[in-house]
Amino acid sequence: MATVSVCQYYPGGFSFENCKRNALLEADINKLGFSSPAARKTGTTICGVVYKDGVVLGADTRATEGMIVADKNCSKIHYISPNIYCCGAGTAADTEMTTQIISSNLELHSLSTGRLPRVATANRMLKQMLFRYQGYIGAALVLGGVDCNGPHLYSIYPHGSTDKLPYVTMGSGSLAAMAVFEDRYRPNMEEEEAKRLVRDAIAAGIFNDLGSGSNIDLCVITKGKVDYLRPHDVANKKGVKTGSYRYKHGTTGVLTKTVTPLNLEVVEESVQTMDTS
Amino acid sequence: MNTRGLRSQLKDSVPVTGLCPQAGPYGVQDSLRRGFSSVKNELLPSHPLELSEKNFQLNQDKMNFNTLRNIQGLHAPLKLQMEYRAARQIQRLPFLPSSNLALDTLRGSDDTIGFEDILNDPIQSEMMGDPHIMTEYKLGIL
Repeated sequence: MATVSVCQYYPGGFSFENCKRNALLEADINKLGFSSPAARKTGTTICGVVYKDGVVLGADTRATEGMIVADKNCSKIHYISPNIYCCGAGTAADTEMTTQIISSNLELHSLSTGRLPRVATANRMLKQMLFRYQGYIGAALVLGGVDCNGPHLYSIYPHGSTDKLPYVTMGSGSLAAMAVFEDRYRPNMEEEEAKRLVRDAIAAGIFNDLGSGSNIDLCVITKGKVDYLRPHDVANKKGVKTGSYRYKHGTTGVLTKTVTPLNLEVVEESVQTMDTS
Repeated sequence: MNTRGLRSQLKDSVPVTGLCPQAGPYGVQDSLRRGFSSVKNELLPSHPLELSEKNFQLNQDKMNFNTLRNIQGLHAPLKLQMEYRAARQIQRLPFLPSSNLALDTLRGSDDTIGFEDILNDPIQSEMMGDPHIMTEYKLGIL
C-alpha cells in the first residue's frame, strides 16, 4: 500500500503545486530555444471622462497574443452593476474574472444593504483584492459610474493603488489618449462633446499604438440610464479588394472532349434512422 | 491600532518552518503518507504568494481580533474565539467535505465570493480519499 493519498481535504483557492515544475520546464524550454506560451493580453486603450450629467467610458476592441491579434472584436467594458461599468486592460482572463467576482460581491452586498451600490464600494473591493495578490493578477481597470453622490471615475492599477480623477486613461495606448484629453478636456462638458472627446482619444490610441485597434466602444452612464454603444465607431474598416484573381470562363481553350460512363452496381443498400428526438 | 506591532505579528505568523512537512508520530518525515521529502521544497516557497496566501485567513482574524480588543476590551475577542472553536468542531465524517456554514456565518464570509469558492473547490476535487484510510488517519490508528 504505497499511498500518497489524500488524508484530509485542503481549502480551495489558488494552488501553488505546479510552480516548481513550471519553473523547471521554463528553464528547459529556454535552453532548447523555444518559448513558453504567453497569456492573452489586451494591449489596449481605455479611457473615461466625467461630464456634466455622468460618466463616459471608452475602449478599443483588439486582444493580442504576443504579436498576433487574437480577437478583432472583444468587449472590454464589463458590467459591474446597473449603474457601474468597468473597462479592463492587462491580462484578459484576469480582468474578466476580477470584474465578475466584484460584480457578484457587489450584488450580494447591495441585496444585503437594500441600496444601489456606490462606485467607492466597488473601488475599495477591487483595490483590496488586487493588493492581496501583490500585482500577480495583471488587471489595470478604469471604473466609472453614477450613484447617489454623483458621477465618479477611478483608475485602478494592478498592484492595488487607485486614483480618483475627472479623466483617466490606461493601457498601452494610454499616452496617446491622454494627449488628446490634456488638450481638449474642460469641466462640465455636454454629452455630445464628451462622447466626441472620448471617441477621439480612443482613435488616437488605435492609430498610434500597435496593441490597440479595430472598433471603438462607448458606454455613457447617467443617473438612471446606461447607453452601451457597441460599436460606436468602426475606425479600422477592412479594405475592399480592388481586383479578382479568378480566371474568366473560356480563358483556356478546349482541344478535345471524351465522355466515359462508369458502370457502377448497387451492392448493398441499408437505411440508418437518425435519432432526431 | 499600533501598526508597528502588527507588522511584527505578521512576521511571526508566516514562518519558514510553515513549509516543513508535519512530523509523523515518531517525529520524522512520514514517507508512507506524504511521499519523499527534499530540503529544497522545505526551505523556499515555490511562489512568493504561497506563504501569504496560506496564512491569509489567520492574519485577517488576528487583525480583526486586535482591533476588536482595542475598541471593546478583551472579552469581545475571547467570546468570539470561543464561538469560532465551537463552530469549527461541527464537521461530518472525516472523508466527507464539510461546508463550514456556521464558521462562514460567524466570519461574515457567507455572503462574499472569492477565489476559494471558484478555484479548487474541495467539494468538486478530482481525488477522493479512501474512506477507511481517512477515518483511521483521523483517529490516529493508521
